[in-house]
Amino acid sequence: MMGRVNVSKSLKKWYLVTATAIAAVLLTLPAASFAAKNAKPIKIGVPGAHTGDLASYGLPTVKATELVIKAKNEAGGINGQMIQLLTEDDACKPEMAVNAATKLVTSGAQAIIGHICSGATNAALGVYKDAKLVVISPSATNPPLTQSGDNPNFFRTIASDDAQARLQVDFALDKLGVKKVAVIHDKGDYGKGLAEFAKTFLEASPGVTVTIFEGVTPGAVDYSAVVQKIKQSKAEAVIFGGYHPEASKIVTQMRRRGMKIPFISDDGVKDDTFIKVAGKYAEGVYATGPKDTSTNPLTIKAIADHKQFYGEDPGAFFLNAYAAAQAMVNAIEKAGSTDYDKLIHALRNEAVETPLGNIKFDEKGDAIGIGFSIYQVQKGVYVEME
Amino acid sequence: MEYFLELFLGGLTRGSIYALIALGYTMVYGIIELINFAHGEIYMIGAFTALIVASVLNIMGFGPITILILAMVLAVVYSCAYGFTMEKIAYKPLRHSTRLAPLISAIGMSIFFQNYVLLAQTSDFLPFPSLLPELEFLEPYAFIIRSSEVFIILTTLVVMVLLTLLIKFTRIGKAMRATAQDRTMAMLVGVDVNRVISTTFIIGSSMAAIGGVLIASHIGQINFYIGFIAGIKAFTAAVLGGIGSIPGAVLGSLVLGWTESFATGYISSDYEDVFAFGFLVLILIFRPAGLLGKTTTQKV
Repeated sequence: MMGRVNVSKSLKKWYLVTATAIAAVLLTLPAASFAAKNAKPIKIGVPGAHTGDLASYGLPTVKATELVIKAKNEAGGINGQMIQLLTEDDACKPEMAVNAATKLVTSGAQAIIGHICSGATNAALGVYKDAKLVVISPSATNPPLTQSGDNPNFFRTIASDDAQARLQVDFALDKLGVKKVAVIHDKGDYGKGLAEFAKTFLEASPGVTVTIFEGVTPGAVDYSAVVQKIKQSKAEAVIFGGYHPEASKIVTQMRRRGMKIPFISDDGVKDDTFIKVAGKYAEGVYATGPKDTSTNPLTIKAIADHKQFYGEDPGAFFLNAYAAAQAMVNAIEKAGSTDYDKLIHALRNEAVETPLGNIKFDEKGDAIGIGFSIYQVQKGVYVEME
Repeated sequence: MEYFLELFLGGLTRGSIYALIALGYTMVYGIIELINFAHGEIYMIGAFTALIVASVLNIMGFGPITILILAMVLAVVYSCAYGFTMEKIAYKPLRHSTRLAPLISAIGMSIFFQNYVLLAQTSDFLPFPSLLPELEFLEPYAFIIRSSEVFIILTTLVVMVLLTLLIKFTRIGKAMRATAQDRTMAMLVGVDVNRVISTTFIIGSSMAAIGGVLIASHIGQINFYIGFIAGIKAFTAAVLGGIGSIPGAVLGSLVLGWTESFATGYISSDYEDVFAFGFLVLILIFRPAGLLGKTTTQKV
């Protein structure tokens, strides 16, 4: 017994010595390299949900940023300066987000990749604005964050909630050239939300009328009355917000009654089940869906790197975060510093190649060319349209 | 005027769809005063059987008429087997207990069948082939009424007339009426009540199956949940028309179909159910037994 205790004590001692030695080496290494480059590191803050229920939404962003920074540092950093990562947990809660933002600002963060949730992002943005820090969120989709114009320092690499409706309306008006549109939805949060955005956008366009705006009851045995109403309203196109079971019934009844007007729907309809169920009547139907980036070589590389370093598949918003980190690093490099105005100018003007495509940001802060495409059913498959 | 006619025909079709299911509800209620909540599931099982049979026959290369007849017959047989067994297992043992017990048992059967089909088949929507032949002389009117709608309306009418004749003029019909009036007394005079009730369930289930095949090929898609939603509406229609009355079920269904269709057409489809159920409440205030229901004194 005594012998064992002695062994474990000596083992502990040995561990302590080794650990101290390793720590000492680790501490000296970066110091040495920075000293060699004769520059302080650039600190990028990554706030988000790192604990709690929503940690699975927040942690992939930390990993994505780590990967981008690691690659950049190995290639010599930004103009010789190394990049350092600061993480701060906000658990997706607005009140914690303000604290996290304040902590990041006081620890000297020069740019921010985050926050994850829209509510937390909105709460924290004021702190960053006062500190003149630029923020890129990979996942905050709430439309006013960019559209209100209150946050000139805010950018995002994800489409806002109304992007599908925007795309549907632009497509209907510009590509199809229609002036009278019937907007139908399934009364659900998702479908009705999208339909309301579409209605707002349509009404804001000059010379365009929304002929009817109606909700249908999901699962009803038939929709002939609402289909007759669309016909009666002389609509030139239908925009439907909802899911495929209702969409296929409505399209089928429209086509069987000889109504050939375009039917434009959303992500909930861009599903192979829709084509299977509606069969020949699905032909020609338009639906918006996320842009397909799976064949982009940068996407393949980013996912492969993630698997190599972390031994698992990446989580939610990983590619958006990867693109955000790349955009930030690129902008700092092009701007030559983390100066507020120069950085914003660079983000808006210097495009960067990312897994989500070649992106830069518009005046409001939304990434141009990110998000959704229009797909059309052609010969039984959804085909992405230009 | 054309718009009115279109809505009228749309409501007629919708009402006929409800009626095919409501007839089974009202018949079972008329005989044993049980609201068979699992009736909608029998309808769904009929549609699934027809889909499976039709797919197999289609692969084997049969013609459309053969497929329709065989799918219909097998759906009826299969659904009847389910209806018959359901009555024996879930309702017969509870016949002499409180009225609530078989009601709860019926809800249980409904949930059981939904989950059974969900697990045995799929939770996805499945495309249902249009089994009904296209009538060529209707082609010019396709924008108003379609062949499948004509079939549904006609079938509803034929089924209603046949059922009325069956109950009024046949031996089993007489036995059914006797059982409905007083079960104990019917038994005393030699009516085989168990057989009468089983027959009622078999007839009700076969109507549900016919409805399932027609409606599914009209709509073009099915899943395990269709029976529940259609069942709720059909039950409402049966109550509206006077539950227990055969012509009442059809009238109630048509009234419900037209209310929904016109409410959607002239007001807003957002309020479709509001008007349908508001109308139900109004009718029940002024005619508590429903449109054609008989006000009977409570048996004590």
